[in-house]
This record gives sequence, C-alpha cells and structure tokens, in this order.
Amino acid sequence: MKKGSIAFWCGVVVFLAAVLLMTQLVRNEYPFFAGYVILQFVVLSVAWTILGGYAGYVNFGTNAFFGVGVYTAVLLVQAYRAPLGVQIVVAAAVGGLLGLGVGLLTLRMRGIFFSIATIALAIIIETTITNWRFVGGAAGIQLQRPPVMPPFDSYVKMLFFVQALLVVIAVAITRFIQHSRMGRGLQALRDDELAAECTGVPTLRLKLLACVISGALMAAGGAPAAMYLQFANPDSAFNLNYSVSVLAMSLIGGTAHWIGPVIGAILLGTTQQLLAVTISSEVNVLVLGVMLVLFVVAAPKGIIGLVTGLAGRRGHK
Amino acid sequence: MTAPAPEAALLRIDGLTKSFGGFVALDNINVEIRKGERFGLIGPNGSGKTTLVNCISGALRPNKGAVLFAGEDITPLPANRRSHRGIARSFQLPRPFRSMTVLGNLMVALDFAAHGELFETEAHRRDAAMSILTRIGLAPKALVATGALTQVELRKMELARAMATGPKLLISDEAMAGLSTSEVDEVLDLLISLGGENIAIIMIEHIMQAVMRFSERVMCLDAGKVIALGAPAEVMANPRVQEAYLGT
Repeated sequence: MKKGSIAFWCGVVVFLAAVLLMTQLVRNEYPFFAGYVILQFVVLSVAWTILGGYAGYVNFGTNAFFGVGVYTAVLLVQAYRAPLGVQIVVAAAVGGLLGLGVGLLTLRMRGIFFSIATIALAIIIETTITNWRFVGGAAGIQLQRPPVMPPFDSYVKMLFFVQALLVVIAVAITRFIQHSRMGRGLQALRDDELAAECTGVPTLRLKLLACVISGALMAAGGAPAAMYLQFANPDSAFNLNYSVSVLAMSLIGGTAHWIGPVIGAILLGTTQQLLAVTISSEVNVLVLGVMLVLFVVAAPKGIIGLVTGLAGRRGHK
Repeated sequence: MTAPAPEAALLRIDGLTKSFGGFVALDNINVEIRKGERFGLIGPNGSGKTTLVNCISGALRPNKGAVLFAGEDITPLPANRRSHRGIARSFQLPRPFRSMTVLGNLMVALDFAAHGELFETEAHRRDAAMSILTRIGLAPKALVATGALTQVELRKMELARAMATGPKLLISDEAMAGLSTSEVDEVLDLLISLGGENIAIIMIEHIMQAVMRFSERVMCLDAGKVIALGAPAEVMANPRVQEAYLGT
C-alpha cells in the first residue's frame, strides 16, 4: 500500500514533467489542441466513476456539471475578468453545490430513476442558460483570451498543462477515495444498500459526498473549456455527447479501479481525435456506440475486468 | 411472567403498528426484551415476523408506536444509526456484499462501527475481523469471495458481519432456513455461543426443536398480533399457537 503510494506520486511527477517539457519543446499547437480534449475526458471519466462506478449510481448528467463549469467560467470572465485559476476554483465550488442539491433531491431514487432525474437536471440548467442574456443566451458568447503567462508561449499549451494538473487532482482524489473507508462504504452500498445501511454504513451521507466530489471535479474539468474554445453556447456546453462519451469511457475502461476510466478515456478519446481528423467527427458517435455494445456484451467489467480476469486465470494454473 | 424493571429492558416495542396500504402487517405489538436474553420469535408465514425485525432494525418505519433501545426512543433513526447503537441483524435471504471477500464484508462493519476509536488502524480492524471469523469458524474462508460460499457459510458470514458491528442486540432472521439437520445444530450452537451477558438475541425460526432449545422466552405472532408470549413450553402448549401452526 505504501509502496504503491510512492510509485503513484513518482508517476505523477514524471507525468507533469513530461507534459511541461512537451509544452516547451513541441512547436506545433495541434497535439495540445487534441490532447487537451483527451485530458478533459480523463478528468470527467475519473470524476464520473466516483458516483457511477464506486457507488453504482449511473449519472447521465455529466453534461450538466460540465456545462455549469463552462458557464461559471463565462460568467466570471464577463463580470469580473477573473483569471483562469479563479474560474476553475469557483466552478468546482458551484459544481460541488450543484452535486449536493441534486444529491439531496435524487439520491433517494434507485437505479434508472436516478439516471432519468440527472438527464432532467441537464435539460433544466441548459434551458436556464439559454434564456440568460448576460452569458450569451442561445446564440452563445465570444470570449477574449488574456495574455498567456510564461513559461508558456501559447494559451492552448498553458490550458493543456492546466488540464493535466486537473487530471492529477482528480485521479489523486479518486484513488484516495478508493483506498479509504469511504471507498469501502460506497462499494458496500453498491452491492446491497439495505445490508450496508444495517451494517452501519451511513449510505445517504456517503452518496451525497460522492455526488459533491464528483460534481466539483466535473465542473472544474469543464471550466477551462470556455477559454479553450474562446466561445461558449448552451448547445455545445450541455451536449448529451459528454454524458454518453464519459459513460462509455468509464465502462469500457472498467469502474472497479481508478485506472479504468483513465485507460478508457485515453483509448476512446484518442480514437475520437483520430477519427475526427481522418474521417469525420460524426463517425465518433457510431464508433463509441459500437465499442460500448461490444464491451457490454463481451467484457462487462471493462478492460480492468479483462486484465484482472486473465491474471487470475494465470494465477490458478 | 413478572414484568422486568424498566431499566433492565434493552429493547421495548411500544404499541407498534405497521400497515402496507390496507393490509395491517403488525397490529399494536408490545414487548420488552432484556439485556442478554435469548428470545424466540415464531409464527406462520406472513404473520409479520420479518416486518417486526425491519421496524426494529430501521429498514421500515412503523405507522404508529415506538421502538425504544437502551431507554431511548430510536423510532426516527435511520438503520445505520441504530446499528451504531447496537442493533445488528442477518437477513432471511443472505445479502452479502458480493464484490468483496468474507473479510471485506466484516471490514465494512468495522470501518463504520461506532466503536471505531478502539480500532483506529486498518491493521487493528483486520485483527478484530479475523478474531470474529475464527470464533465463527470461517477464518479459513477469510479471503474467499462471497460468491464461492456454501449456504451455511453465507449464513455464518452474515452472523459474523453482524457481530463485527459490536451489537447489544442481534437479530437472526431464519438463519437456519434451508440447512441440513447437522448444519442447523451447528448454527444453533453458534448462536447460543454468541449470546451472553451483553448480547441479547432475537431468533426468528420455523424449526421448532431449534426454537425450544434456544429460547428463554418465545413470542408467537399470527396475522400481525401477538397470540402468545412466555416460556417455550407454555407457548407451544397454547391452543391458539397450535391452531395457527397446524390449522386445527
């Protein structure tokens, strides 16, 4: 366990150093432009797994939390010209509060009812934003990037590094939860909520906490998207594709371990970026759907399940 | 039966009524269970035994009446807070945490137990879990997934998990259903050994020899009403009990 922690944090340092080095050495902006999207999906998928994987409450409202992150940033820029760091921190706070509210309203529902409620939430918030002139309304809003900060020479490279930091924060938190009492409690309530409750697990409190943390991380992951695109409109910020992609990435990677959604997001995110360049961005959705069906049928526990299953079989021999 | 002094009652059910729509599952139940008592709960199928257990453990809220535990009204408390106060249960159909090992199941209980400060570190909790498993006779299965357990092992695992919460009252809901004769004796011996000065046990059971051997007092429910309460032999001899069971 302790050895694992040392290895994990060494990995984090190597990852961040590699990202920083890349921003200094690579001239072409395109890898950062594409890589940003992949890292963003890593944050969203890892965050989704806290509630959707560990607790087994399938959240279809990823787009709601993502969009709230985007529009918190938009609002802060419009009203106060707030810097990027402030945008992200405030977006996380708003996302966490939204998670708390949604949790209080919906976490007493089980299974599909919870999922439907989260879809409804996304629609309600999107409608609100669409009718809010100050943040652009239905037409959307153009945003001006502030000057980039050294040591970065372009804003996209800086955003890429910032999103890498968010990946580290999201993964570290999720990993901590997995190894903590909270992780064991969530796993217990996913297996059997009544038995967990009668064994002393405060199920409602744990679910709320999971919803708050998950929501905060999703909104934080969405906040830099405003500056990334220099544009925000409700249609794209609250696009249901975010929910579907994140769900697919987490499930295909496997939700029993934090590494699952990381693998899933990198794999599918990269595939999507390649397809978008080589064929068209519309094909993305098709490929995503086909892969999800294949995995649900052939490997319901995702890549993590496949790997541990193989390792287990080898161990038995 | 002489009424026990009020402070001696560990659990007091006070005018408890629970209905589902128009169906009255429990109708004005009154009973007291003493500290360390071995209490048998019998009655035909559908007589309200499990509903009563659900109202005591917090899985259901009664429509009327109160549940008092150690002198305090726990009627509004959720199940997890009741568990922290010392009410533990097993389920009629075993409900293990299926993605975990046997040890993992017990660790859930110890992780969230009210006596957590006694088991500050993970290592302490692990030791405590292992000592319970040893006592129950499941130590060799500690690292086995619950899906690989036999029926009797599952029953024992549920009792072990309930014990890991540190209960003052353990409710065993038909822990012997579907077991062979030798297994019934095994689980019964286990239950008797688990009880004692500090742990009262409510045992719901259909197997009469087990109830007779186990219980200090027996209560018989029929159609949501208490039809007999007292010493096992007395209750069995009661014509209403015989009628409820045999339909004569």
